[in-house]
Amino acid sequence: MQKLPKWADVVLIPVINLLLAFLISGLVILAIGKDPVVAIKTMVQGSFGDTRAWGYTLYYATNFMFTGLAVAVAFHARMFNIGGEGQATLGGLGVALVALSIDWPHWALALPAAMIGGAVFGAAWAFIPAYLQAKRGSHVVITTIMFNYISASLLGYLLVNVLKEKGNMAAETPSFPPGASLPTFSEMLEPLGIAFNKNAPANVSFLIAVLACYLVWVLIWRTRLGFAIRAYGHSETAARYAGISPTKIIIVSMLISGALAGLMAINNVMGESERLILNSVEGAGFIGIAVALMGRSHPLGVFLASLLFGFLYQGGAELALWESIPRELVVVIQALVILFTGALDNMVRAPVEKLFLSFRRRAA
Amino acid sequence: MDFLTLIQILDSAVRLATPLLLACLAGLFSERAGIFDIGLEGKMLAAAFLSAAVAAATGNVWLGMFAGIGVSIALALLHGVASITFRGDQLISGVAINFLAAGLTVVIGQSWFGLGGRTPSLMGAGRFANLEWPLAGVLKDIPVAGPLYAELISGHTLLVYVALAAVPLSWYVLFRTRFGLRLRAVGENPAAVDTAGISVTRQRYSAVVICGVLCGLAGAYLATGLAAGFVKDMTAGRGFVALAALIFAKWRPWHAMGATMLFGLLEAIGNRYQNIEVSGFVVPVQFMQALPYILTVVILAGFVGKAIPPRAGGEPYVKER
Repeated sequence: MQKLPKWADVVLIPVINLLLAFLISGLVILAIGKDPVVAIKTMVQGSFGDTRAWGYTLYYATNFMFTGLAVAVAFHARMFNIGGEGQATLGGLGVALVALSIDWPHWALALPAAMIGGAVFGAAWAFIPAYLQAKRGSHVVITTIMFNYISASLLGYLLVNVLKEKGNMAAETPSFPPGASLPTFSEMLEPLGIAFNKNAPANVSFLIAVLACYLVWVLIWRTRLGFAIRAYGHSETAARYAGISPTKIIIVSMLISGALAGLMAINNVMGESERLILNSVEGAGFIGIAVALMGRSHPLGVFLASLLFGFLYQGGAELALWESIPRELVVVIQALVILFTGALDNMVRAPVEKLFLSFRRRAA
Repeated sequence: MDFLTLIQILDSAVRLATPLLLACLAGLFSERAGIFDIGLEGKMLAAAFLSAAVAAATGNVWLGMFAGIGVSIALALLHGVASITFRGDQLISGVAINFLAAGLTVVIGQSWFGLGGRTPSLMGAGRFANLEWPLAGVLKDIPVAGPLYAELISGHTLLVYVALAAVPLSWYVLFRTRFGLRLRAVGENPAAVDTAGISVTRQRYSAVVICGVLCGLAGAYLATGLAAGFVKDMTAGRGFVALAALIFAKWRPWHAMGATMLFGLLEAIGNRYQNIEVSGFVVPVQFMQALPYILTVVILAGFVGKAIPPRAGGEPYVKER
C-alpha cells in the first residue's frame, strides 16, 4: 500500500519543508533586529512590484533553471554535482570566446554558436571529475568543489593576462560586438504592444531555459539514455546486470550536467553584462542544488523552484538596498531549503505519513 | 635557498597545517563511525566567526575558543539529527551546513559589527599568544639546532601543540580503547554492534560531537591564532582539503598528520613564492593559489594507491526492516 497520495508527496511535503525554512529565516531576521513583515513586503515589492522587478526576477530564475537542471540530471544518476559554479564560469569563457571571435551580423546566429561554446566548455570542465569518479573512484563531490576553486583562479589568470584589453584596468574582456546582443524582454514584447522596463536584464535566454526544461524532461523520461541514467541511479547492480555501463552513465550524465550549467552563461554573460567579468556566476551554481532538491529533480519542479529562488534572490538584493540586510541572507534561506527538503525530509514525512494512515483507517 | 629560509617555510607550514590537521582528525572520528561529513568547512567557518566575535567582545581568547567549539558542536549535532535520527542524506546535510555557516556568519557579523562581515581585529589577550619554549632565546645562536628549536619547535600558539598532541591521542582512543573499537565497528558493520547490545545511535552521536569539538578548535585557531580576526569565507576550502587529506591518509591518524603537513608545506611555499620562475617561464600567481586545490584532485585521483573508506560510511543505520 502506498503510504502517501501522490499530491501529498510532490506538493504538500515540499510546501511544509519550505514553510519551515521560511519560518527559521524569519527568526534570523528577527534576531538581527529587523522586522520580518517589512522584509517580506520589501522582497515582494522589489521582485514583483513592476516590470523592472519582474525583469530581474525572471533573469535570475533563468540562471537557476540552467544550474538546477544541471544538478537534477546528475541526481538522476545519483551523482552530486556541486561543480555548477565552476562549470558555469567556464561556460562564460566559452560564450565570451565565441561572442568575441567574429563581428556577428545578427543575434540569431550568435546565440546558437554561443550556446555551443558555453555547453562545450561547461561539459569539458565537468569531464575531468566525471572521468576520475568513473575510472579512479575519486569522490565527485570533493573534486567538483576543487574544480570550482580552480576555475576561479583559471579565469582570474585568463582575464588579467590574456583576455583583457590593453589599457583597461578592470579584469574583463572587451564588450561583445553589437550583433551578439540578445533581445531583452522589452524588445521582444514591444511588437506585441506590451510595455516592459528597458533596463531589466531578462532576455530571450529565458525561453531557451524553458525549452531546456522540456528537453530534459524528454531526455530523462522518454529516451533510452534517460532510462539508463535513472536505472543506474536506482540501483547500480541492477543497471550493470541489464548491460548498462556505469562508466558511460557517470561520464555522460556529468557531461550533460556540465553542459547545462555552462549554458547559463548565455544569460548572465551574453544577455546581461555583454562581456566576461570575474565572478559573473554569483553563486547561481550553488543555488542550483537547492532548486533541484526543492523541485524533486523534475524539470517542472525545477522550473517552479527557479521562479521561487529568482524571487528570493531579487528580493534579497532589494533587502540589501533598502533594509541593509546583507545579501547573504539568501544563502541562509538557500541552506535552510537544502536542509529541510534534502536532509531533514523524513522529519516532515514521517508525521505526515502517520496522519494520512490514521485518516485512512478511520475512513475504512 | 639558505637554511633560515627553509626554517621559516617549515615554520609557516606547521602553522598552516594545524587547522587542516584538526579538521582532518575531526573527519576521521566522524567517518570512522560511518558518518560522512562534507560539513567540516561550515563548522570551521562558524567556529572561526564566533570565536573571533566573542574574543573581540570580551577580550578573552579562551571564551572565544569555547564559544567557537560550542557553535561547532551545535552544527555537528544538526548533522547528527539529520543523518542519524532522520536518516537523511549525509552529503546533502553537509552541504546545507556549509551554506548555513557561510550565510549566517556574514548576516550576523554585519548586524553585530557593521564591518561587512568582518570582526574587529583582535589584539593582546584576544588572540592566542605564541608560546616561547624555555631557553629559546639563549639557544638561538647555536648553529642549525638553535634556529630549529627556537623557530620551528618553539614559538607557536597553544593550539598548534594541541593539534599535534591530538594525533597520538586520537590513535590511542581509536585503536586502544573499547570506545574506539566500538566506534570503528559502527563504521564497518553497525548491525554487528547492534547485535552485541550496544547503541549504534549513541556511538555515532559521540563521534559526531568529537568531530564538532575538533572542528571548533580548527576554526578558533584560524581566527584567533593564525589570523587576527574573522573575514568572510576565511576557511577557503580548507574543510574539503582536510577531507582529501583524510582519504590520502586512508583514515589513519598518523598518516593524517603527514598528509596535512604536506598540504601545509605547499600552501607555505605558495605564500612565500608568489612568482616562481622555472627556466625563464614565470609560473603565474593564480596557479600558486590554485595549487592546494589541484593537488587535492591529484591525490584523490588515486596516485596513492587504493583508499578503502569505512564500509558502512554514508549509510544510515536502520535497526529493523
